Amino acid sequence: MSEPRPVQLCVMLQCFKRLQQQPACRRTLSALGSLYGARKPYNTVIDVTWGDIHRAGVKPLSFVRQVLAACLDPTLVNSDKLPADARQRAQRLLGGCVGGSVGSYTATAGISEIVHRISEFITRRDGGVPSHPENIYISPGSQWALTNILKILVNSKSSPQTAVLTPLPCHSTTSLSITSLGAVAIPYNLSEEQGWALQMEELHRALEFAKGVYNPVALYVINPGNPSGHVQSRKSMQDVIRFVSEKRLFLLADEVYQDFVYGEHEFVSYKRVLAEMGPPFADTVELASFHSVSKGFTGEGGLRCGYVELVNVDPAVMKYIYKMFSMDTCAPVLGQLALDLMLNPPQPGDPSYPLYNVETRNIKTAVANNVKRASEVVNGLPGFCCQPVQGGAFAFPRLYLPPKAIQKAKEMGMQPDTFYCLRLLEETGVFASPGCEYGLKEGTYHVRFCILTPEDTMEELLGRLTSFHTQFMKDFS
Amino acid sequence: MTENGVSPRAKVLTIDTMNPTVKKVEYAVRGPIVQRAVELERELSEGMKKPFAEVIKANIGDAHAMGQQPITFFRQVLALCSYPELLNDSTFPEDAKSRARRILQSCGGNSMGSYSASQGIDSVRQDVARYIERRDGGVPCDPDNIYLTTGASDGIVTMLKLLVCGEGETRTGVMISIPQYPLYSAALAELGAVQINYYLNEEKCWSLDISELQRALDEARRHCNPRALCIINPGNPTGQVQSRECIEDVIRFAAKERLFLMADEVYQDNVYADGCHFHSFKKVLFEMGPEYSNTVELASFHSTSKCYMGECGFRGGYMEIINMDSEVKAQLTKLVSVRLCPPVPGQALMDLVVNPPQPGEPSYDNFIKERTATLNVLAEKAKLTEQVLNTVQGISCNPVQGAMYSFPCITIPEKAIKEATDNGQQPDMFYCMKMLEETGICLVPGSGFGQRDGTYHFRMTILPPTDKLKILLKKVKEFHQKFTEQYS
Repeated sequence: MSEPRPVQLCVMLQCFKRLQQQPACRRTLSALGSLYGARKPYNTVIDVTWGDIHRAGVKPLSFVRQVLAACLDPTLVNSDKLPADARQRAQRLLGGCVGGSVGSYTATAGISEIVHRISEFITRRDGGVPSHPENIYISPGSQWALTNILKILVNSKSSPQTAVLTPLPCHSTTSLSITSLGAVAIPYNLSEEQGWALQMEELHRALEFAKGVYNPVALYVINPGNPSGHVQSRKSMQDVIRFVSEKRLFLLADEVYQDFVYGEHEFVSYKRVLAEMGPPFADTVELASFHSVSKGFTGEGGLRCGYVELVNVDPAVMKYIYKMFSMDTCAPVLGQLALDLMLNPPQPGDPSYPLYNVETRNIKTAVANNVKRASEVVNGLPGFCCQPVQGGAFAFPRLYLPPKAIQKAKEMGMQPDTFYCLRLLEETGVFASPGCEYGLKEGTYHVRFCILTPEDTMEELLGRLTSFHTQFMKDFS
Repeated sequence: MTENGVSPRAKVLTIDTMNPTVKKVEYAVRGPIVQRAVELERELSEGMKKPFAEVIKANIGDAHAMGQQPITFFRQVLALCSYPELLNDSTFPEDAKSRARRILQSCGGNSMGSYSASQGIDSVRQDVARYIERRDGGVPCDPDNIYLTTGASDGIVTMLKLLVCGEGETRTGVMISIPQYPLYSAALAELGAVQINYYLNEEKCWSLDISELQRALDEARRHCNPRALCIINPGNPTGQVQSRECIEDVIRFAAKERLFLMADEVYQDNVYADGCHFHSFKKVLFEMGPEYSNTVELASFHSTSKCYMGECGFRGGYMEIINMDSEVKAQLTKLVSVRLCPPVPGQALMDLVVNPPQPGEPSYDNFIKERTATLNVLAEKAKLTEQVLNTVQGISCNPVQGAMYSFPCITIPEKAIKEATDNGQQPDMFYCMKMLEETGICLVPGSGFGQRDGTYHFRMTILPPTDKLKILLKKVKEFHQKFTEQYS
């Protein structure tokens, strides 16, 4: 871990500014005022509000960055500073770029060779289920692709208003995308007691509620979950597929965390489950699955690249999907290349394989340990209860706050979990997200923090959290 | 009927159930002619015989695709940012290394792979603000008014989204130049906004007449609520560089009629013609004094895709927002958060564009050499294109004062017009399709950009390397003559 830097006031202010921007939060100036002139008992801010592995302190994968460097500066292709396979891969990728430059636009759906390799990846991942390149669009991030699909689904002028069923809790980007397009997000409650599992009765209830008042057109699921950390069982996924088939909903499956599953849990894609259910479902259920280069071991969120695979979509509609993507011109080229590298990493026998293997194994081990430690520590603290983190990037423990703390928060004009997170930031430098950002109902409080950090960062975080939490609960008892 | 005799069930998402506004979206630059060009390329590569050896894509403003070289310094810094181990490599110049270190320090976890703040990396926005101040002779720029974007297009669409509201007669109207870059018309169609066309004056080198703005506005007021005025300077597809007086007139007009000004200035370094200069809207606005600079609402857009960089694939850009209501600005900040953040390599590249090598720095001489050479070659090709096209009977090309395109007016014989219309095609699409099939040259028909009724144009980039451009122009000339004869 690098030398800790003195806490910059501006870093803190940036954190507060971001908290302020969150939809459900409000702050008072007095909280900001407490910053000035206060000596801090810590040297660094630990920012775990993002699902961002690099920000959390994990280094980028060497092979990926070597290839990208050679693509950016092709003089490196012929130098011996980089391993031979990295240089060869760069050469191959540059061959797919128009004019041999990563500065050219690409085809709308992405560099054609890369799109093909994505479809091959999907087929491998899904045990042979065929995937067709013409159904795949690379985009500047999975959320961008989701927005484009929503633009086709949502008629902002329709009466009744278009609705999309979304999980509760749900990360705010998706909810904001839906509402900013003029549709309404209808929540279906995930069951915290069942580890944030999706409950079919809840889906039915949400749909019944929506019908008559709104025009529900789609169901959004995220698996593994964010913030929930739940990994769906095959049976649950089959139930969802039957549900959307019967109720005539378009299925939006956000699968960006598919590389992060823990313990005995396994990720299986909606596409695969759908295909294995056979006709009539396999031929009829309309599905969009999303993946991204932002998560997984590559963690290249800043490169902004993801893709959507469309299944059983009306060919006439596909023409308009093309138009929507064409307005964006194309996804950033470096992101497209990183996506290709993520899905086609070095193989045993390649010069870069040993290092790649060590780096990814280290990340995997660290994260698995973090999940274990975070659960242990948090569940050991009174007033805290964390559902098992089965997958994904976050722990999302529930806070049982004393009435005095809730009262104090109300006086300050903010949600109780925001108040908790603010105090946590001020007193320990740990920056976590309050549960109110995820739309949860009044009276329940949560904290979300990223578990994709180096192990020593997680230990440091958990240490600071423990002393803070203990003191906090005492102060407000 | 399916195999077992059951009627196939209707899809959930069909042409009838989908968002109706999407049906009206057309984006000519990547439209049917380009799709056909891609097919032809595939056919050629499969060995099919064609009357040409290669497809030349003179349809899209993509300089690198046509062989323009990237700026060495920029790529060195970005390579260092990508793989910082190279900072130990002595073959990279020191100034590139120090730029890279600075950029990496401003990234979370010292990696370009971290998300940045939605508005963009702070230090980059500060550098952009300083660049704007230098460019505009000292007119102050607040970094808080700078939003980094995923290409200029992203900023333009976001602003239009903010501006569009209302129903029926109160529906937002947005004034756009005809001809225009079809992103604007596509975005307006998708948003269900009212497109208000104002015609640029072809006889006067595509200049903008205030009287025409007034005409368009007055007419529009009868059926919608005009709120914004978009202007592209230097122009796309037309290439005109607006005079300072014209910019002042537009600002006065916007002030008087209470319109939000959107100034698309992505081609600001692409100015070729003698006597033409780029004047930023921001600079002119502030030089007109507080009566205007305190009130006129303006968004200016820039990009890493054009000028001398041509780095389209990075999707880098920014917008500067002037005099926006603070509550609306808060909404804007919320809206951009849906995108999470702009691509960080694009942000890093923008940082280099606004903060290039300085005199005395190791990379300065080479940087200036490369930049000058690129811009000079473009200027030559602009002139060459205008000259050659004007030798063709039935083609008339205004001077290409700036940007990257020629937009000549073409005469299409009556017979051809009839055949086109009988086929349900725009005559210039018919013309361009024929040209594509017979010569392999892919252009975009003027109908994709808008033009006065009864006139026809095509847009051709000036980007192919000079030798190829000469061949291209010769083939266009030959095709036009043949086409004219064939349909006389």
